[in-house]
Amino acid sequence: MTPPDLSFWTLSLAALLVLANAGLSLLLQLGIARQLLIAAARMCVQLALIGLVLTQLFARVSLGWTALAALVMLAVAGYEVRSRQERRLRGWWSYGLGSSTMLLATVLVTLLALTVLLQPDPWYHPRYALPLLGMILGNAMTGVSLGLNALTTGAVRERLAIEAQLALGATRWQALLPLTRQALRTGFMPIINSMAATGLVALPGMMTGQILAGADPAEAVKYQLLIMFLIAGATGSGVLLVVLGGIWRLTDERHRLRLDRLQRSE
Amino acid sequence: MLSVANLRRSGPPGPSLTAPAFSVAAGECVAVTGPSGAGKSLLLRAIADLDPNQGEVQAGPLLRSQTPAPQWRQAVMYLAAESGWWAETVAEHFPDPVAARTQLAALRLAADCLDWPISRLSSGERQRLALLRVLLRQPQVLLLDEPTAALDPAAVTAVEQLLRAELARGVAIVLVSHDDRQVDRLAQRQLLVEAGVVREFGT
Repeated sequence: MTPPDLSFWTLSLAALLVLANAGLSLLLQLGIARQLLIAAARMCVQLALIGLVLTQLFARVSLGWTALAALVMLAVAGYEVRSRQERRLRGWWSYGLGSSTMLLATVLVTLLALTVLLQPDPWYHPRYALPLLGMILGNAMTGVSLGLNALTTGAVRERLAIEAQLALGATRWQALLPLTRQALRTGFMPIINSMAATGLVALPGMMTGQILAGADPAEAVKYQLLIMFLIAGATGSGVLLVVLGGIWRLTDERHRLRLDRLQRSE
Repeated sequence: MLSVANLRRSGPPGPSLTAPAFSVAAGECVAVTGPSGAGKSLLLRAIADLDPNQGEVQAGPLLRSQTPAPQWRQAVMYLAAESGWWAETVAEHFPDPVAARTQLAALRLAADCLDWPISRLSSGERQRLALLRVLLRQPQVLLLDEPTAALDPAAVTAVEQLLRAELARGVAIVLVSHDDRQVDRLAQRQLLVEAGVVREFGT
């Protein structure tokens, strides 16, 4: 069974729906018509570009080019984690901590999936490597941002409680334990929620796409499960690493709380 | 008991602070006075090593630079002006609630207050419980930042009585206080802090 072909005109007709939204905004004076159209245009350009890039990468099947694309994705994700922080770490750390933990967590899990679980030929084939990394990265990014944000904002909010424990002779790990637990829970929540809701409330985008493209639903479900497990693994290790790294940076070797290493909130 | 040499902290963050050499003998109470914002709390925090600072501090046989920070702070314990609480109920903040219970009456606290949630405590109750939390750990040096600021006169007397008992045991106390009469009652000497500079009072 082949899916119905999507022509330029079919897509244009669907795009009319966005134009209708813009018209509605003008009519009701919501003031979001411009934003809406710019966002839609950005999406078209970005997706068209990534389509071109992927086509080129698939034609080449080169380890170097695939790795370069993966690095660009990781760099953007690191920037995204940084921009989601209410209070950033000062200096290089604001970018480096999120990027390095995600690099470690997502690359390890993606490599595990490619070399042990899926074993495409060759293992670095971009048709498998890049979509897998993209989905894992997108979800891990959410967990890592939330976990780090919970830690840094919590450290500011709970300064008196943390310093009271330090003054009584607690180590930095003891003094930050309640906050550590809280930050880890916050980071884990999205993946737990999305595993619990998957299939009931929402059909995951990847599975829907596969089914629309003509795949057997049972096969699509198996792939979706694999992806969710990989995402859970990467998010878990990413959140753990970023929270431990954050504690390391927010305290020093004399077990002091170093809130001066955080920027002021914006 | 406590001797401080060349203590300096430099901002930012926070203002800078310099202190000459001074010491506090076992059983002695030295008061730290001076206008608000001059750096009295910063001096206590620097001695406890809660803020980055330079200089050497010695407490009995312990050299601060040779002692792991948690162990140092168990010997030289800082009580902040504003107390911090990290668990739900009062009892969870005491390693040995049974020992804590025996001291409640001396501090004029309710006999069942260990079972209360933190949110039920008044500021005066918090202040006394935070002090009790410190005293039960039996440090050799106490760094007290306005320990009676939120208390009524009867509670102030009760706290001062406990502090005298600590002095009699040989504990050294550095006391930040805005109450001149309290300074007269407890302290043998004074350190004056003005605009981040510490000096011995009357010299």
